[in-house]
Amino acid sequence: MRPFSYHRPADPIEAARLAAAHPGARFIAGGTNLLDLMKVQVETPSHIIDINHLGLDRIEKADGGGLRIGALVRNTDLAADKRVREDYAVLSRALVAGASGQLRNKATTAGNLLQRTRCPYFYDTNRPCNKRKPGSGCAALGGYNRGLAIVGTSDHCIASHPSDMAVAMRLLDATVETLRSDGATRAIPIADFHKLPGKAPHVETALAPGEIVTAVTLPAPLGGRHIYRKVRDRASYAFALVSVAAVIRPDAQRFAFGGIAPRPWRVEAAESLDGADAIAASVTDGARTTEQNAFKLTLLRRTLGAVLADARPESRA
Amino acid sequence: MTRRSVPATGAATAAALSTTGTADAAPGRCAAPPEPMPVRLEVNGRMRALSLDPRTTLLDALREHLGLTGTKKGCDHGQCGACTVIVGGRRINSCLTLAVMHDGDQVTTIEGLGAPDDLHPMQKAFVVHDGYQCGYCTPGQICSAVAMLDEIERGVPSHVTADLMQVAFSDDEVRERMSGNICRCAAYPNIVAAIRDVAGRGEKA
Repeated sequence: MRPFSYHRPADPIEAARLAAAHPGARFIAGGTNLLDLMKVQVETPSHIIDINHLGLDRIEKADGGGLRIGALVRNTDLAADKRVREDYAVLSRALVAGASGQLRNKATTAGNLLQRTRCPYFYDTNRPCNKRKPGSGCAALGGYNRGLAIVGTSDHCIASHPSDMAVAMRLLDATVETLRSDGATRAIPIADFHKLPGKAPHVETALAPGEIVTAVTLPAPLGGRHIYRKVRDRASYAFALVSVAAVIRPDAQRFAFGGIAPRPWRVEAAESLDGADAIAASVTDGARTTEQNAFKLTLLRRTLGAVLADARPESRA
Repeated sequence: MTRRSVPATGAATAAALSTTGTADAAPGRCAAPPEPMPVRLEVNGRMRALSLDPRTTLLDALREHLGLTGTKKGCDHGQCGACTVIVGGRRINSCLTLAVMHDGDQVTTIEGLGAPDDLHPMQKAFVVHDGYQCGYCTPGQICSAVAMLDEIERGVPSHVTADLMQVAFSDDEVRERMSGNICRCAAYPNIVAAIRDVAGRGEKA
């Protein structure tokens, strides 16, 4: 691990000012992803800003009947919160589908949104990676890419976003609240928060340098049946090959997908269609697959079919 | 806590900060090791004062600086669970957190759960049920299991919980919740039996 200066600011604005003053700085919350990357020197921050004591760890009622989740609420606590279990079950389900008990005790709401891809070439500093080293190329395009993205990719990057939680947040139309060093605040819709790779895969979010996430807000509960179905290579503690988050009501349905794209994937236009085949075709329209990951098209359609059958058992006949 | 000033951020900011180490090092250049930083940890009921390079993980602080080698280093990347300890009542991977982030925290390691002549019920159950072969993952398994039963007690749901509002002990719950602890010898059936035994006796940490 490279040497860094360690800072423990007293409040969020000090944290944002420190980050703005030091371009090589990183905030540390749970640290479960950042320290992993620092050990292999994919991340080499000159300054570490410890934000664990900023009081951003509460879950409160939000205006309009929603829920405001502090950036530092741990994944375990969010999944176990009674209001989340009752009104946003898809979020609880997505959270407990991810990582391990130990990691969920540390990992935070904002950190989960900001976690980096597990593309093997992003981790391997001996190989080209446009996300890690802009302009160096993409070893994944012709390499081991079975787990990587099939939609939303570019000629420069096919990395997939690893989060389960973020897929549920996208489904629920969450808003990301931020603070900048000049005191300005923003509310970024989750749909605009994660960027597609395009020609700049190293730019992953809408955050400006030094901008700190303070909370994630959920709108009022949707009701309906909440489902998160994750398919992976082993039964537990593995990243998704494909995951489907769904809220299904008699009058409306919405779906978001994990494991297939550089960001949580949702195609609103597909939600007015009927049946897994039509919805899956619309969601993966324009997909660019490789020999190794083309199976995800079939897997997505079948997983969606299983979700629909689960949500509407009466339609099985 | 010792508070040091941050030269680069000015006096107003520095007053609110605790910091240490070097100024910005150019990427790719070898910087001088950071200045050690004071860290206080309450480990197994005893307050310990340390002076640590801020890069020191909690795992290395326990093993290398406090001589508590019961906690094991396996993968050092949060994948195997051998380094599991209990901090503030919660199990975490001690390899994926910095000791400086835990200034003032309460840490329980395998040495704090029980001693050879006074075993914790979970340690006893692992012996009775032969919940290991080589034993390297065992301290992590035991710390994880103790905190995991507490999570069930507190109603924390898991991936296999059928009804999110009804959290109860079962073998399936144990297998899912212990998936962050790998046993290369595959003593899993006996590990589950040991945990079931402790849960059934109602003996909790």
